[in-house]
Amino acid sequence: MESHEYDVVIVGGGGAGLRAAIELGESFPKLRIAVVSKVYPMRSHTVAAEGGAAAVIKSNDSLENHCHDTVSGSDWLGDQDVIETFVKEAPDELIRMEHWGCPWSREPNGQVAVRPFGGMVIERTWFAADKTGFHMLHTLYQTALKFQSLKWYDEWFVTKLLVDNGRCQGVAAIELLTGQLHAILGKAVILCTGGAGRLFPFTTNGAIKTGDGMFLAYQAGVALKDMEFVQYHPTGLPGSGILITEAARGEGGILTNKDGYRYLQDYGLGPPEPFRKRAMELGPRDRLSQAFVQEEAKGRTISTPFGSAVYLDLRHLGEATINKKLPFVRELSKNYAGIDPVYKPIPVRPVIHYVMGGVDTDVEGATVVPGLYAAGECACISLNGANRLGSNSLTELLVFGRRAAHAAAQFAAENPALASEKLKAQASDEQERIASQFIRKQGGNERVATLRLELNRLMEAGAGIYRSGDGLQKACSGIAALKDRFRNVALDDRSLSYNTELISVLELEFLLDIGQSLLHSALCRTESRGSHQRTDHTARDDQKFLKHSMAYRTDAEPRIEYKDVVITRWPPKERVYGK
Amino acid sequence: MANNAPNGTIRLEIFRYSPDKGEEPKFQTYEVPFREEWVVLDAINYIKDELDGTLTYRWSCRMGVCGSCGMMINGIPKLSCAAFLREYYPKPIRVEPLANFPVTRDLVIQLDDFIGKLKSIQPWIVRKDGEKPVSEGVYLQSPAEHARFKDFSMCINCMLCYSACPVYGLEKEFLGPAAIALAQRYNMDSRDQGRSQRQEVVASHEGIWQCTFIGECSAVCPKHVDPAAAIQQAKLSSTIDWFQEVLWPWGGKK
Repeated sequence: MESHEYDVVIVGGGGAGLRAAIELGESFPKLRIAVVSKVYPMRSHTVAAEGGAAAVIKSNDSLENHCHDTVSGSDWLGDQDVIETFVKEAPDELIRMEHWGCPWSREPNGQVAVRPFGGMVIERTWFAADKTGFHMLHTLYQTALKFQSLKWYDEWFVTKLLVDNGRCQGVAAIELLTGQLHAILGKAVILCTGGAGRLFPFTTNGAIKTGDGMFLAYQAGVALKDMEFVQYHPTGLPGSGILITEAARGEGGILTNKDGYRYLQDYGLGPPEPFRKRAMELGPRDRLSQAFVQEEAKGRTISTPFGSAVYLDLRHLGEATINKKLPFVRELSKNYAGIDPVYKPIPVRPVIHYVMGGVDTDVEGATVVPGLYAAGECACISLNGANRLGSNSLTELLVFGRRAAHAAAQFAAENPALASEKLKAQASDEQERIASQFIRKQGGNERVATLRLELNRLMEAGAGIYRSGDGLQKACSGIAALKDRFRNVALDDRSLSYNTELISVLELEFLLDIGQSLLHSALCRTESRGSHQRTDHTARDDQKFLKHSMAYRTDAEPRIEYKDVVITRWPPKERVYGK
Repeated sequence: MANNAPNGTIRLEIFRYSPDKGEEPKFQTYEVPFREEWVVLDAINYIKDELDGTLTYRWSCRMGVCGSCGMMINGIPKLSCAAFLREYYPKPIRVEPLANFPVTRDLVIQLDDFIGKLKSIQPWIVRKDGEKPVSEGVYLQSPAEHARFKDFSMCINCMLCYSACPVYGLEKEFLGPAAIALAQRYNMDSRDQGRSQRQEVVASHEGIWQCTFIGECSAVCPKHVDPAAAIQQAKLSSTIDWFQEVLWPWGGKK
């Protein structure tokens, strides 16, 4: 068993992982850092974010405003201490991105420009045209390349956390190129592996978003928190699920039904005029996606070969504005929908976009397992609660990637010893498990793709925009049956070098467990809040459920417990938009 | 959700090579459903899921921005997520790994050379007196200053330009289109002061001077980065440097 030793091991090379890496490289240059990523870092899904990153920078805005928008956007399920920390540190993080070269769009006087976004009372979203995530990711990656203390493990897939005496001390990871499993030991480990949108069939998420870090922490005994809260973005292209950014509405785009009517006014988001923030098309994503389903039920959507849709109409913005502010929207619509938004409205429908839940952490990114930290979409630090506001997540990567790096560095300094021999033995056992369960396995007749498709269908049917107790119960039984069938899975590919089918089966194993935690958390939450809407429990119930769901892994079904939400300055109120 | 019903089939001839098997590379033919809205990547995913789990390739975002899925499609470097089957149908499509790179397996190429070159051009903002404190806010940059480097900042590192570049095909030491474009991206950024330290790499023999201006890099770039223009600009400013140093030594190095 080959092994390597570091002070801190970062798993994932997207926005959060790279921000953590830069912080460690810059503030703790003597520490040896490993960045372990299953793809080359610039392939990470941060790259696909479009609209922007929120932070208070203009004199007409205030930290108070950003806090309140985020608290109400979360339907009061966000932890308010976390939200206050986030809002306070957000501006410095975006300024640092600017110093590192992020090409933020500018005003004529050279200051950064901001645009309106959904659920925000004022424009505060920094943007780089409509490729903000792409520019942020490449800026972070290229900046990180300057630090000699970072060792890059590109295309290494982490299969297990190495935990001894209750403390996380590294990871077992397969090098894709050779198929060899190594023990990468670290005094602290930070998970930054992104979300799990690939649980669902219709998603904006790339193929790599399989919840790896969520599973790794869950398996190590950390709770997955608030997993039932999954965000449907209101505007994806039917069929492919390709994202059309909320910035299209921030810049003035409108949503209309088959009659050209701005239907959002019928769902507590109107009246349509005059144009104002926190209303109509600039309402929060959960409300807009729910309005779509209701409009569909009334038969007022259009039909496409890929399901029903509504129109996102940008024509009134004009070609110049579309080219300047939304060039990627135009490119994607033309290439993938055959629609030029300068001349025609774009058909769109809600699409799985973001998982609010994830690895339970405190405000420093620490989990209950000593030495284990998490940041970004894989974590649930409880910034987003029951519904994330668009443009808070890119900033979240930075603020909490940096904080987790500090906490991990401190932990590593205080806990220098590693149980190296025991950890290597664990990694050997892991190698043997993978070899016997998949590579050398005899028999089995289930295909990876078949099981994955069935999982996708079951998640969509049971845990879509509207859920019911019966539907969730059925999905819970369904996923238990799928987990049984998974034991019978067999690979076509038994090679060692660059075995992508092996990676797929490991990802599927992760997804099955994560999906189960999501369904059971949703079943137990008998209320409607934010993105979790129950047709059999339609009201928010603060008496019982102003609490975080905590799903713990067991040998059978997950055990669901609850933890109080942190309320500081904003006691629960009705969530009001459109006023 | 209902899908469009397939309308006939289309044949893909795919390059296969597995180092574990010790066999010679070969082409394998697959017949897949033809769908109007499918790209080559969809067809390859269909093969992987339904017909042959051993087929090996990279992909993720399927919207032309992660840069993973570059392949030779009928001999031309393309993102397979942006190459529609309908552009080839009913003729067969030949799919090969990107040219000019060592092949790891099937359609997967080795990227290490580029990663090393990327690092060598120091693709980060350099400030002579260090980064200013956050409390002093952002560096001002006018839209016109932003426009000077904007196109070069759009590179997704997909490697299509290296695959199309005949010079890189012959001479692997050549820094290559994307790395030079990215060096130029920082050189042209009003916030950057690092051009002179990048010049050692960029203006070397293996840097810009090997390029013979064939322009294939710009022709295949899916993001309109125009690396050929970056190389031209870099040659011009390096020539000016040379004149300043050699002919007008009192002018000093920039």
